Amino acid sequence: MVNSIRIGAGAGFSGDRIEPAVELAERGGLDFLVFECLAERTIALAQLERLRDADAGFDPLLEDRFRAVLPACRAQGVTIITNMGAANPLGAARAVARIARELGFDGLKIAAVQGDDVLEAVLAGDLPFTDRPGRVSDLAGQIISANAYLGAGPMVEALAAGADVVITGRVGDPALFLAPMIHRFGWGLDDWTRLGQGTVIGHLLECAGQVAGGYFADPGLKDVAGLARLGFPYADVDEAGDAVIGKVAGSGGRIDLRTAKEQLLYEVQDPAAYFQPDVVADFSGVRLGQAGPDRVRVSGGGGRPRTGTLKATVGYRDGFIGEGQISYAGTGALARARLALEIVEARLKLTGVATSDLRLDIIGVDAVRRGGGRGDGPEPAEARIRVAGRTETLKDAQRIGQEVESLWLNGPAGGGGATKSAREVIAAGSVLVDRALVKPHVAYEAA
Amino acid sequence: MKLRDLAHARAGDKGDISNIAVFAYEAGDYAFLAEHLTAERVQAHFADILTGEVTRYDLPGLAAFNFVMTGALGGGVTRSLSLDPHGKSLSSSLLELELPDPQGR
Repeated sequence: MVNSIRIGAGAGFSGDRIEPAVELAERGGLDFLVFECLAERTIALAQLERLRDADAGFDPLLEDRFRAVLPACRAQGVTIITNMGAANPLGAARAVARIARELGFDGLKIAAVQGDDVLEAVLAGDLPFTDRPGRVSDLAGQIISANAYLGAGPMVEALAAGADVVITGRVGDPALFLAPMIHRFGWGLDDWTRLGQGTVIGHLLECAGQVAGGYFADPGLKDVAGLARLGFPYADVDEAGDAVIGKVAGSGGRIDLRTAKEQLLYEVQDPAAYFQPDVVADFSGVRLGQAGPDRVRVSGGGGRPRTGTLKATVGYRDGFIGEGQISYAGTGALARARLALEIVEARLKLTGVATSDLRLDIIGVDAVRRGGGRGDGPEPAEARIRVAGRTETLKDAQRIGQEVESLWLNGPAGGGGATKSAREVIAAGSVLVDRALVKPHVAYEAA
Repeated sequence: MKLRDLAHARAGDKGDISNIAVFAYEAGDYAFLAEHLTAERVQAHFADILTGEVTRYDLPGLAAFNFVMTGALGGGVTRSLSLDPHGKSLSSSLLELELPDPQGR
């Protein structure tokens, strides 16, 4: 391809595998390597970390990832873009500068994109939630964080300033990939068709392995070879916005029309209106074609003007969840599991444990399977109960696991493998913030 | 015949919304699926968990449908008591849906 760039996807979530990105950096011929590591509520958890320690609040695997990929990225001239900054992009940039110096890479320019923290504006505006009832003021005292999804603009600014590493907090996931396209090809920020097509490409890449045969295998029906060393994808993008998705030769996985289609619609609602900070992308006209082994051509994405608001995620404390599990085996396992559930439910009532919601599952029977045809199946060889409840206090949450655990000595015959947990719930809600109230800015650190 | 025999699927989540994208293995089965795999049918299939509505978006160019189900995730991924709060396994549950005998299509 003439005048094209190659952008790799090095991670699709915070805990993703490390070494596929190293393979991409060493042998992928990349220009840019993007790590998407920030899930919806992760930033609220990171904000809690930052409140405890002003230097913390960025991705816990940042150091491992940068130590692994920096040598190859420096040797091959690959620019890194990531949202691993979470609640503290500047702290993350300083950490990367330190790591770079320790590895002997001087002269590295590291950009920190800030300004996604919109907590003050969200509290002052008392905005209504778009995905749950009520307004921000209904959760007074519970709110931890509010972060707007920034667009590609500040990342483009950082790339134009010569940054070797760009670290952000909350930005639209596809924008991490869109930024290098805008930077390299000079696309206008009102070129809605190209921004829409670039968003399609970013969306295909943002979950890394999920377009390359990850999350796809169903043995005998949809087979994928080499999942233990799944290759992460890259896109060769040209200045018109057309692209080919591929992966490093010899890596595991598969890239074909089926894997690409599954990822294209992943977490999409109306395919004709995929709302992003930079554009309302239109996936409805996307065309996919096999361009060779493990290579899929992508074109036809469109777009319409961006809206006047940015989505922001509000993180808030939402009570506690307690859980306990225990297993039964052999003939009658299901009946003993059902008896165990009855006992725990009765015990929670008897001992005054206040739950606003209680869930009684049998793992292997009805814990995750939902929907039609869920009648009684054949008797399972083993059954594991799971009791989960929502409580107002940690103590009540702990009581749920304790009641399951006490089935050891007080419940049906043969219960084994009891486990328990209790945790505070950090929930996420969405609001729409006036764009004019969000002011991104870029700071730089040097190694 | 199960949906699984004609199509593959992937589920995604946003808050309390689950989307399940369904893809015909063969483009020739798309019209049959369009007739029988209606939003109403999917709504009925998941009647025991849904508190909202099901909308079907058609993508004939990809031989695909996108089912968007509101109120599907027990209050949302971050609040749900479910063992699978994201509803990732809902795709497999949908593929169990029974379709009419395809004879004569």
